[in-house]
Amino acid sequence: MTEFLQQLVNGLEWGSIYALIALGYTMVYGVLRLINFAHGDVYMIGAMVSYYAARKLAAASISMGGLQFPILLALSMIACAALGALIERVAYRPLRKAPRLSVLITAIGVSLLLEYGGQLLFGADPKFFPELIPNAPLFTFDGVTINRIQCLILAISLLLMLVLRFVVMKTKVGKAMRAVSFSHTASQFVGIDVDRVITVTFLIGSSLAGAAGVLVALANPKIDPLMGIMPGLKAFVAAVLGGIGSIPGALLGGYLMGLAETFVVAYISSTYRDALAFVLLIAILLLRPSGLLGKAIKEKV
Amino acid sequence: MKTLSRFFCLLTLILSATACQKSENVLLIGEYGSLTGGTATFGQSSHKGTQLALDEINAQGGLLGKKVKIITEDDQSRPEEAKTAVLKLIKQNGVISVLGEVASSRSLAAAPECQKAKIPMVSPASTNPKVTEVGDYIFRACFVDTFQGEAMAKFAFNTLHAKKVAVLKDIKNDYSVGLDEFFEKTFKDLGGEIVGVESYSEGDIEFRAQLTSLRSKTPDAVYVPGYYTEVGLIARQARELGITVPLLGGDGWDSAKTLEIGGKAVNDCYFTNHYASDDPSPTVQGFIAKFKKKYGETPDAMAVLGYDSAGILFDAIKRAGSGDPAKIRDALATTKDFPGVSGNITMDENRNAKKRIVVLKIENGAVTFSEAMNP
Amino acid sequence: MALAFLKRLRIPIAIGALLALNFVFKNYVNPYVTQIVCMIGINIIMATSLSLINGHTGQFSIGHAGFMAVGAYTSAAITVYGHNAVLSAFHFLPAELVQDIFFILAVMAGGLAASFAGLFVGIPALRLRGDYLAIATLGFGEIIRVVILNLDVIGGARGFGDIPEYANFFWIYLFALLTVVLISRMVYSVRGSAFLTIREDEIAAESIGIPTARYKTIAFCVGSFFAGIGGGLFAHLFTYLHTNSFTFLRSIEFVVMVVLGGMGSITGAILAAVVLTILPEALRAASEWRMVVYSLLLISMMLLRPQGLFGLKEWNPFNKAKKCS
Repeated sequence: MTEFLQQLVNGLEWGSIYALIALGYTMVYGVLRLINFAHGDVYMIGAMVSYYAARKLAAASISMGGLQFPILLALSMIACAALGALIERVAYRPLRKAPRLSVLITAIGVSLLLEYGGQLLFGADPKFFPELIPNAPLFTFDGVTINRIQCLILAISLLLMLVLRFVVMKTKVGKAMRAVSFSHTASQFVGIDVDRVITVTFLIGSSLAGAAGVLVALANPKIDPLMGIMPGLKAFVAAVLGGIGSIPGALLGGYLMGLAETFVVAYISSTYRDALAFVLLIAILLLRPSGLLGKAIKEKV
Repeated sequence: MKTLSRFFCLLTLILSATACQKSENVLLIGEYGSLTGGTATFGQSSHKGTQLALDEINAQGGLLGKKVKIITEDDQSRPEEAKTAVLKLIKQNGVISVLGEVASSRSLAAAPECQKAKIPMVSPASTNPKVTEVGDYIFRACFVDTFQGEAMAKFAFNTLHAKKVAVLKDIKNDYSVGLDEFFEKTFKDLGGEIVGVESYSEGDIEFRAQLTSLRSKTPDAVYVPGYYTEVGLIARQARELGITVPLLGGDGWDSAKTLEIGGKAVNDCYFTNHYASDDPSPTVQGFIAKFKKKYGETPDAMAVLGYDSAGILFDAIKRAGSGDPAKIRDALATTKDFPGVSGNITMDENRNAKKRIVVLKIENGAVTFSEAMNP
Repeated sequence: MALAFLKRLRIPIAIGALLALNFVFKNYVNPYVTQIVCMIGINIIMATSLSLINGHTGQFSIGHAGFMAVGAYTSAAITVYGHNAVLSAFHFLPAELVQDIFFILAVMAGGLAASFAGLFVGIPALRLRGDYLAIATLGFGEIIRVVILNLDVIGGARGFGDIPEYANFFWIYLFALLTVVLISRMVYSVRGSAFLTIREDEIAAESIGIPTARYKTIAFCVGSFFAGIGGGLFAHLFTYLHTNSFTFLRSIEFVVMVVLGGMGSITGAILAAVVLTILPEALRAASEWRMVVYSLLLISMMLLRPQGLFGLKEWNPFNKAKKCS
C-alpha cells in the first residue's frame, strides 16, 4: 500500500508537468489546428534560461534570498513567451494558408533547430541546475515521502492552471481565443484581430511550457538541450488523450499520462516507459479520436 | 536514366579526384568519436583527452622526428557513421592508426574495417568483450565488462558484506547491460542474492517509479552501472525516497558532474574506476592540472582514457620505430607497464588493458580511494 | 529502328552496366567512395519508397526508419542464423551461387516483414488524418525501436553484429533500379492515379468510388516493403546493426529528401537522396552544424519553395505519363 501511494505521489508530480506542457499544445491546436512540435523544446529553453540567469546572479554575487526562485520562474516564463511568439511570427504565420503538412514540417524544422542549435549554443553536456530550494521532505506518513519540491510543483501548476482558466473564461482575450478556436472567419466578421489572438495564445502557451521547464529543473536538476523531446511528445499524447483543443482535457490528459506512466514503470516494466505514450496515443486515436473530453467534429464536405 | 548515369560518372570522378593525400613529414593518426548526437558529451570528452596528448607529444618534438597529426571524424553517435568515418580515415586520409570509440556499439561497427585494412585501432573506453575479438589489430585501453562487474561484486560481498543487492541498469546502453550481467553472475556465485532488477533508458530523468519498487525489496546496496549523466539524479531520487543504503557503480560514474548533480546524495557510494583522482602520483596530478589549464574543467573518465589511449599509441609508435601499421600493431601488443594516468597498463593476450582496478568511495563531497584489486 | 531494338534489350543492358560498374568500383575506386555511392543507392530506395506514401498518396508518415529497421534486423537474423544451415544443405551447388540466392531471399524476407509492419501501421492509419497520422507513425517507429532493444536474440542494446557483407554496388543498385521502376510504374499507371486523387482530396476520391482504404493500405505496404529492402541492404553493407541507426532523426532525413525533391516527384526524391547523402560527407568539417543546417533547410524550404525542387513533375521523360497533376 505504501508503495502504491508513493507511486501515486510520483505520478501526480509528473502529471502536473505534462499538464502544463499539454495546455500549450492544446491551446495552439485550438486556434491554429497545428501541432506545435517545437513546444517541447520551448520547455527546454525555459530550463536553460533560468539556469544561465541563476549562474549570472551567482557570479555577480547578487543574492535575493527567497525571491530568487519566483524571479527566475517569471524570467523564464517571459523569455519563453517571447520565443513562442517569435516562432509563430517567423515560421507559422507565413504558412497560415498553406497545406497543414507544410506547417507540420516547418514545426519539425523549428524543433530540430532548437534542439541542435541548443547543443551548439549550450554545449551537449548535461548541466546541473542549482539548488534554489532545498528539497527536504515535507510530509512523511506511513513510509510515503512527499518532498517540498513536489508540493511546490503541484501548487504552482494548479495555480497557473487556475489563472489560465480565469483568463480563458472571464476575460475578453480569453473569449477572443475561444472564438478563434471555433472559426477564424467568423471571428474576423465580428472584428477580432485573429493574428493578435494567435500571438497571445502562443505567448500564454509557451510561458506555461517555460514554467514547466523550470519546475522540472528544480526537481530533477539535470538539464541538457535534448531534454524536451520526450516530455514534449508525452505531453502531446496527454493533450490528445484529454481531447485536443479542450483545456480541461489537457489537464485531465496530463495527470492521466503521468499516473499511467508511473504505474506502468512500477508494475509492468520500465523499458517500455517511452513506448507507453505512443501505445496510448494510437489506442486513443483509434478508439476515441476526439479524446476523453473533446467533442467529435464531423468533417463537412 | 541517361542523365542519371552521366551524373554518377561525374560524381565518381569528383570523389576519386579527392584522393589520398600523404604528407611526408607528418604522422597521420585517425580519431573517430561521437562529437554530436545523443552521446556527444562522451565523445567530446575523450576528444579533449586525446588532443591534450597530441599537444604534449608535438611539444616534445613529435614522434620519429615527424609531427603528429590527428584527423578527427564525427560519427554522430551512429554506428554506421562510425564505419564510414573509419573508412574515410583509412582509405581517404591514409592514417597509420585509429583511435576510437568510446561506445562499444560504434567500436564494433568500425573495428572490422580496421582489421580488414590491417590498421591498428585503440579504443579508449569500449568495454564489450567482443570488440577486441574482432581481430588482432584491435586493442583497448580500458578493462572489460567482465573484470569490472566481477570486481564490484566481490567488493560488495566481501567488503561491504552486502547479501542482497538490487540493480538499476540502463537498458539502452550495452556498457550498463554488460556490467550488470557480470556483476550479477559473480555476486550470485559468491552466494549473494539479487533481489530486484529495474531498468531505465539513457536520457531519462525520472527514476522514482523504479526506485520505489526496489525500495520495497529492502536491499543492502543498489548497483547502478550507468553513466554519470543519470547517476546523479538517480542518487538524489533514491535518497528522497528514503533509500539510505550505498549505491554502487562503475567507471561510468567518473565525472565531476556526478558530484555536482548528486550533491549530498552520492555520499557513502562506491564505484569502480581506473584511477583515483586523489592519487598523489605525479602522473595523475600532473594530468589533472594540465587538463584544467587547457580546458578549465576537471577531466572525467572518458577524457582520461582518451589521453591514455593516445599515449599508448604514441608509445607503441616510438617503440616500433616506424610508421608501418604492422610494426605498430606488434609494438602495441607488447605494451608493458605503460605509465598511464589510469594506471600501469600492460596489454594482455586478448589485447585488453591489464591494469588494476580501484574502488572509490564518495564521502563528504569528495572522491577517496577505498580499495584496489589486481587482475 | 535501332532504338526499338535497344529498348527490347533494356534489361540485359541494365544488368550488364551494373555488373561493369560493380567491377570498376570494387577494383579501381577508393572503398570510402564506394561506400558513399552504396549509401546513395540505399537512400534512393528509402526516398522513393517514402515518396510513394508521403508524396504520391499524401499520407504523412514520419516513421519510415522503423520499417527500415524491421527489414534490416529480419534479413540480418536470417543470414546470421541460417547461414551455415543453408550452405551445408546446398553444398552440392557452388557456394557463391547459394550465397547470392540466400542473400536475395533474406533481403526479400526483410521486405516482406517490413510490409507486414506497414500493414500493421497502415490499417489503424486509415482512420487518421494529417497531423495525427504523422504522430502515430512517429509512435510506431519508436515502438518498433523499443521492441528491438528488448529482443536479445537480435542483440538488443548490444547491437547485432557479424552480419556477412553481401551487399555491394551491384545488388544495391539492382534493387534501387527495381524500386524506382516498380514504384513509378505503380504510380503512373491508370489505376495508380488513384493514389494522387487520394492525395488531392480524399473525400472526393471516396465519393467517386475509389476504395481509398485499399489504396492507402497498398501505399503503406508497398512503401514499407521497399523500405525493408533498403534496410536489408543496409544491414549487409554495414555488417553491424544498432537501434541508434533507426531513430526519429533518420526518419526525418528521409522526409527531408522527399520534401526537398518535391512531394510527388520520384526523380526529385532520387536527386535529393543523392545530394543529401553527399552533402554531409563533403561537409564533415562542420559536422556539428549538420542538424542545424538540415532544420534551417526544412524551414526555409517550407517558407520559400514548399513544392521542393521538382514540385509535382518528374524530370525525365522516361515513362509515358510525365506529368500527373
